[in-house]
Amino acid sequence: MSPGRHSEHLTVLGTETEFGITIKGRTHDSAVLSSGLVVQSSPDGIPVRWSLTEESPGRDARGRRFTVPVDVDPEALNALLPNGARLYVDHAHPEYSTPECLGARQAALHDKAGELALARAARNTQGLLSPGETVSIYKNNSDGKGNSYGAHENYLIDRAVPFVDIIDYLTTFLVTRQIFTGSGKVGSENGRPAVPYQVSQRADFFETRVGLETTIRRPIINTRDEPHSDPDRFRRLHVIIGDANRSEPQTFLKLGATALLLAAIEDHALPDRLELDDPVRATWEVSHDPELGHRLRLADGSSATALELQWQYLDWLSKYAEAASRPDEGVLDLWRGVLEDLEIDPLRTADRLDWTSKLRIMEAYRARENIGWDHARIRALDLQFHDVDPAKGLYDRLVSRGSVVRLFDDRQVAAALQEPPGETRAYFRGMCVRKFGSSIMSANWDSLVFDTGEATYKRVPMMDPLRGNARRVGTVIDTSKDVASLIDALGSGQ
Amino acid sequence: MKEQSRKTHPEEEQVPEQDIPTTPQADTGDLDDLLDEIDEVLEENAEEFVRNYVQKGGE
Repeated sequence: MSPGRHSEHLTVLGTETEFGITIKGRTHDSAVLSSGLVVQSSPDGIPVRWSLTEESPGRDARGRRFTVPVDVDPEALNALLPNGARLYVDHAHPEYSTPECLGARQAALHDKAGELALARAARNTQGLLSPGETVSIYKNNSDGKGNSYGAHENYLIDRAVPFVDIIDYLTTFLVTRQIFTGSGKVGSENGRPAVPYQVSQRADFFETRVGLETTIRRPIINTRDEPHSDPDRFRRLHVIIGDANRSEPQTFLKLGATALLLAAIEDHALPDRLELDDPVRATWEVSHDPELGHRLRLADGSSATALELQWQYLDWLSKYAEAASRPDEGVLDLWRGVLEDLEIDPLRTADRLDWTSKLRIMEAYRARENIGWDHARIRALDLQFHDVDPAKGLYDRLVSRGSVVRLFDDRQVAAALQEPPGETRAYFRGMCVRKFGSSIMSANWDSLVFDTGEATYKRVPMMDPLRGNARRVGTVIDTSKDVASLIDALGSGQ
Repeated sequence: MKEQSRKTHPEEEQVPEQDIPTTPQADTGDLDDLLDEIDEVLEENAEEFVRNYVQKGGE
């Protein structure tokens, strides 16, 4: 096992979420402009140029390179947040990328802090709008009309792991984990068979097994090879098949179970690939089966339900975690409880999973009103569940009634928006935003560029995601009276 | 598959108390209250709201 990859056996990981956005009553602006307005209105962020010199979104893990078109000025609409996160405009959506986190619990907390960042930015945006205009932000992944936007997960893994192992051992897990990663959706899209309600927002949009693209022909395994760190040591696995979740335990379970599986792949600890006969078809078949009874065909000719396959993964990873003395942060118990309840009755998980939470409300609403799945109020409910404004979001109604399980309280979430994780380089980034924000000229995940007042800008590289943590740079940042002395201290190795 | 893994590993049945608390399932009366609350906050013109919710594809 590579010593630089993990710290105390926890994975370095993070999420990126593209939020849906509408400004009701406003017809003259594009979605790009509306998103820019929200990003610039954030009371928490500082605007920075985002340096693309180190980025390589066209690099393919399979060894090829593609030219990737850039459709908006990527340097124009970027902000860094004091927790080390990035808030920016991507493809006509406001996007929040968490800071690099250590472990799934910390990542779930900073993912939740992103909802608060967007809600606060939207509140400020509202003050700039004309009477009759209302801005709303949604943490979902589809408009129900064939357009999808992403919620991506990033896991730092050992460069030495052959990419083919990741494809072989991860695919079936990603397809079947939808039963606990889905955020639920009314109807189907992208030409898939009609259904009243399905488990996932995203499943209908996946069309190939493996590929580089994220906007067309979406692949189950994304090969984008852009480590944002030392490419000889690290790989950043970019998982694009998940849904954005409002539920805290759901985000935690999604990230924690996947990180554990990747660790087992790195350690060659999985006994079988559990290869599906047709993973793309299986992706929407799992999503289109909220009763969870559908049997998927495996490549060896046998069949199994998504639940059965997830029980198998849980069994393997429970043994792996024990044998490797790997802390699981409580993921295994949560996972087991969710699978047990899904098996008895999926609605028993309505306190922990968005797709069953929403389904439970919709079933009750439909029964009371005697209306069908196609009714506008059911579709409105499908959207408004994900509104990040606590006054309007239906998920937040469940929170305020105590009907859903939380992992964090409001105070912890608010603190996570202002304070970076102490264990990764996000600490250096976030603390510099807080203390030397006006001197940051440009940023990227693996560097910051400062204006110290001298003839040239000073670039601080951060090629190892676990350096730049509080232990290494906390004292230097605390004791530097200005940015010039910070750069001096870093340069002299203090 | 699941039955198999359970039979061969009965110790998994005796896991300690979960760290993550689960709330008891809300009863039907609670749901009625919730639906009333939803009616109060749900967009008034649901049809227009749904029709106008159009996003560009992303990622």
